Amino acid sequence: MADFKMHVLICGGTGCKASLSEAIKTSFNSTIESCELEDDVQVIMTGCFGFCEKGPIIKILPDNTFYVHVKPEDAEEIVKEHLVKGRPVERLLYKDPKSEENIPTSKGMDFYKKQIRIALRNCGFIDPEQIEEYIARDGYMALGKCISGMTPVDVIDEIKKSGLRGRGGGGFPTGLKWEITHKSQAGQKYVVCNADEGDPGAFMDRSILEGDPHSVLEAMAICGYCIGADTGLIYIRAEYPLAIERLKVAINQAREYGLLGENILGSGFNFDIELRYGAGAFVCGEETALIHSMEGLRGEPTFKPPFPSESGYLGKPTNVNNVETFANIPVILNKGADWFSSIGTENSKGTKVFALAGKINNVGLIEVPMGTTLREVVYDIGGGIKDGKEFKSVQTGGPSGGCLTKDFLDTPIDYDNLVAAGSMMGSGGMIVMDEDDCMVSIAKFYLEFTLEESCGKCTPCRIGNKRLYEILDSITEGKGKEEDIERLKMLSNVIKDTSLCGLGQSSPNPVLSTIHNFEDEYKAHVVDGKCPSGQCKALLQYVIEEDKCTGCTLCFRNCPVGAITGERRAPHFIDQSLCIKCGVCYEKCKFDAIELV
Amino acid sequence: MAKIKTLDDLIKMKDEVQSKIKLRENSDHPENLIQVKVGMATCGIASGAKETLKYFVEETERQAIDAVVTQTGCMGYCYAEPTVEVILPGKEPVVFGYVNNTKAQEIIDKYINKGELVDGIIPISFKTIDE
Repeated sequence: MADFKMHVLICGGTGCKASLSEAIKTSFNSTIESCELEDDVQVIMTGCFGFCEKGPIIKILPDNTFYVHVKPEDAEEIVKEHLVKGRPVERLLYKDPKSEENIPTSKGMDFYKKQIRIALRNCGFIDPEQIEEYIARDGYMALGKCISGMTPVDVIDEIKKSGLRGRGGGGFPTGLKWEITHKSQAGQKYVVCNADEGDPGAFMDRSILEGDPHSVLEAMAICGYCIGADTGLIYIRAEYPLAIERLKVAINQAREYGLLGENILGSGFNFDIELRYGAGAFVCGEETALIHSMEGLRGEPTFKPPFPSESGYLGKPTNVNNVETFANIPVILNKGADWFSSIGTENSKGTKVFALAGKINNVGLIEVPMGTTLREVVYDIGGGIKDGKEFKSVQTGGPSGGCLTKDFLDTPIDYDNLVAAGSMMGSGGMIVMDEDDCMVSIAKFYLEFTLEESCGKCTPCRIGNKRLYEILDSITEGKGKEEDIERLKMLSNVIKDTSLCGLGQSSPNPVLSTIHNFEDEYKAHVVDGKCPSGQCKALLQYVIEEDKCTGCTLCFRNCPVGAITGERRAPHFIDQSLCIKCGVCYEKCKFDAIELV
Repeated sequence: MAKIKTLDDLIKMKDEVQSKIKLRENSDHPENLIQVKVGMATCGIASGAKETLKYFVEETERQAIDAVVTQTGCMGYCYAEPTVEVILPGKEPVVFGYVNNTKAQEIIDKYINKGELVDGIIPISFKTIDE
């Protein structure tokens, strides 16, 4: 048998694996065997398809059928109906939420229509554990081209011309970074890949490493060639076991083929890559802290300059780039800087991967051209807000970013526009909030995160953030005063100005941006003693409406603290001094007689 | 596993392994390619559609024709199984009946390669909702 007639692609990202995609694969294989189709159908486990909300996802090729929410027991039906008889299993197709029609292929889905996949080009397309599939997709071709025909300066010029900027958050021009490290004089230099993805709700880098590890390895080798390094290090958090496993497999395969190691492709260029594990500290995503952690020291940042490009790992010039930045490099070199710079906005070229999370219908991983508006991301790709609620805000940039209101929905997303809007690109986490989210509590949540992740080295960050948190906590507890808002602002600015590293310098951003965009909500808490979205329990009261209450005694019987009194068939009352605001009465009442005020 | 020693070796290897994923790449934009759909319902399979499908896959591969060969459900022409629908880029679909290996060869040589119609066309008398 020459070739397989059909391919079954099964998502092997962490999300879908957790929903039993491994068992689905086994189930497919055994059914295919029992139908004697093993020579005709190939089952491949790929990286993330991005549409995690609908996982586990199965794609059948060549007809491009896209199955969602597949369970291991569905495999038999898909094999017997679809693979044998060519009849798609309708009940497992994706249903368009608006038209209620089944959409058989990914092409027809709003989720995929506006996406351009560059960094994610191979995710959900190839088997990440087969280097041959990567090579078939032009893999290692860019590296070959560079080391056998271009000078390091040529390559750096090409990257500079493409306009690629760092995808880890800051947006520093990648070509310029390479040039600086290239010019640093030293016998030994290093290439470091920052895979310490720490923002809550972000999983872009993990998905790239799980779905297409070779693209990062290839780009690191290219970078090594450009800056004059023979060693690459990937700093990855130990909580990413699947990504680590796939990287190990990929590195071994590349070594076996001689695409890593000595004298690569006969060019005389040597390059090898090792892994370094992080313990999952957020601050280690900051490059100086990351380097210290790799050296075996405490993961604490140090003052810049000197920048790592002059003095980094073991005091040698070190080029640190993020996973997504690297994943863009081979494509730029294969397709040309002009092609890449034709995508995006004036100062932000190419695409950006976002992890969509929160109160949105289509949670998942998306890649859109720079300049796409938030509205397109939230409503077209994301499918709008869950349960038909009202959009309130979208948080970008993780704990260092800010919250954008609906006024910014039509702002094209790029580095500069997000900063101007009081947030930042960050690594690409995008958390959507609806009308039920209290912005003070959101700010408190992010601060709690930074508080825990602060390394404690410098005072503004260690103590300042703690005080910020305490003020926010007292506001949500109903003990806030009007002057607290000013105090929050002042303290935030001091922390921003005086902290040592990026973590402290940006940790007050969620506080400042929520005050800036949602000041009335803060005021409602401290002046009126109300939480408009009904999240801060201390500020709420459960009250029984007399004319609606039938005196059925259901609430009375369910109240755990005996705060409800009343005669049978007569309106009941809640004693506010006893009420613990558990909400049981509210849920139990059959007559909607209990109100939250 | 043999080492890849030069860029030429890498290019050669790419050409060798490309067929493994060609099917996946082609199915990303089927509208530009020749599509061959073989009716594979019970009636089709009983009349030998499996053989026909296999023949199309192997022959288009051998002649290096960029075609997507898929299976589809019953087209309703059960009297003429195996039935095969061929869509050339930008052209109306054409359905052929009684397609055995000899007929398949004729369809590839004449219709797919040269655009000449061959005997055995079933007139299409219905519209699909895609149109």
